[in-house]
Amino acid sequence: MPDTTQPCMVIDETISCSLRQCCSLCRINAQMIHEMIDEGIISPAAGDNPQNWCFGASEIKRIQITLRLQQDLRVNLPGAALALDLLDKLMELQSRNENT
Amino acid sequence: MKFKDYYQTLDLKKDASQDDIKRAYRKLARKLHPDVNKSHDAEEKFKELGEAYEVLQDPEKRAAYDKFGNNWQAGQDFEPPPNWDAGFEFSGGGFTQTDASQFSDFFESLFGKSSGASHARGGFHPYEGFQARGQDVHAKIVITLEDSYHGTQKTVTLSRPVVDQNGRVSTIPHSISLTIPKGIMEGQQIRLEGQGSQGMGQGKNGDLFLEIAFAPHRLFTIDKRDIHLSLPVTPWEAALGATITVPTLGGSVDLKIPPGSQAGKKLRLKGRGLSSTTNSGHQYITLTIVTPEPKTDAQKKLYEQMASLMPMNPRRGMESSSS
Repeated sequence: MPDTTQPCMVIDETISCSLRQCCSLCRINAQMIHEMIDEGIISPAAGDNPQNWCFGASEIKRIQITLRLQQDLRVNLPGAALALDLLDKLMELQSRNENT
Repeated sequence: MKFKDYYQTLDLKKDASQDDIKRAYRKLARKLHPDVNKSHDAEEKFKELGEAYEVLQDPEKRAAYDKFGNNWQAGQDFEPPPNWDAGFEFSGGGFTQTDASQFSDFFESLFGKSSGASHARGGFHPYEGFQARGQDVHAKIVITLEDSYHGTQKTVTLSRPVVDQNGRVSTIPHSISLTIPKGIMEGQQIRLEGQGSQGMGQGKNGDLFLEIAFAPHRLFTIDKRDIHLSLPVTPWEAALGATITVPTLGGSVDLKIPPGSQAGKKLRLKGRGLSSTTNSGHQYITLTIVTPEPKTDAQKKLYEQMASLMPMNPRRGMESSSS
């Protein structure tokens, strides 16, 4: 028998996480977030210093993909940054292709 | 249980060297990684690849697998022969970084079960007083556009690794019923706290992240929140205008085609896309004009009359400048 409906959190475009919440959601430390920002993998959706940084769904997703690429494919941070950029490009081309 | 041909999975011959195996694995892992490969079966294929590599990269496991592997074909019904592994010594714990708790029954029947969490973050073994939070689990859930349009309840069943007191892992089917919120978009995630891998000792369970993917739709394509439909109309509907019944995710609606419409004209049905509580999506309709094939003389005559009554050059401006 299935459990009763689980309480859940939807990570959509309305979400806005502080640095601390983002660390806890992705289970990484702030240092790693700083490194990903330095590498250009993510940039805070809002805020001009770490105390008021906000991260949205797309940043969370990029962090998660980076972590999986690191773990599964032994990709380093610059490699993950490159892969993410190319994936974005690929998605863009695919959706353009589908809509023509 | 079906026999799995691990060499086939890695696209290798049986005499492949250990280096070949490593290279083939790395190449396919990059190709099939679910973050890189967007096909819906990538997750499954990536798991199978990890399992094949787990066996073939380890000379002991490979030798044992090779011993009977010659007599079996992929997909054949399979039971391991009794004492099939006699004479082989498994050093145990030799699992790679892949998530061995996700491996198939076929793998488990041959090589036993690995302690799912043991390899995950540096070789933990449960002992008295030890605590470790369970791993987060990421999975994809395929829903229909209608599911998102209306919002719905879904039950998903995942195989969940469970660690017993001796540190052995087994997988049990784990059903979770959850609410798919109205207007959820492809790529967005639903996090279910505590529904990931089981924690060890007093450690909390990991979380489950379900990423939304849409099953292809018979009529509609999707761009973020907007639904696109290509709508065929007749020349007279386009020329004279018409009211046409158009399918939407929320049922049919009447759409007015203005007179003088051309092929490629885009019309919008406001709010008929994937709308959430905060954002709305629309349905866009692109007209395509389908001309009837003239079969009788009278029908051909009608086209000729049109040509003489309404002469037009749709290719104006396309003339080659060099000629």
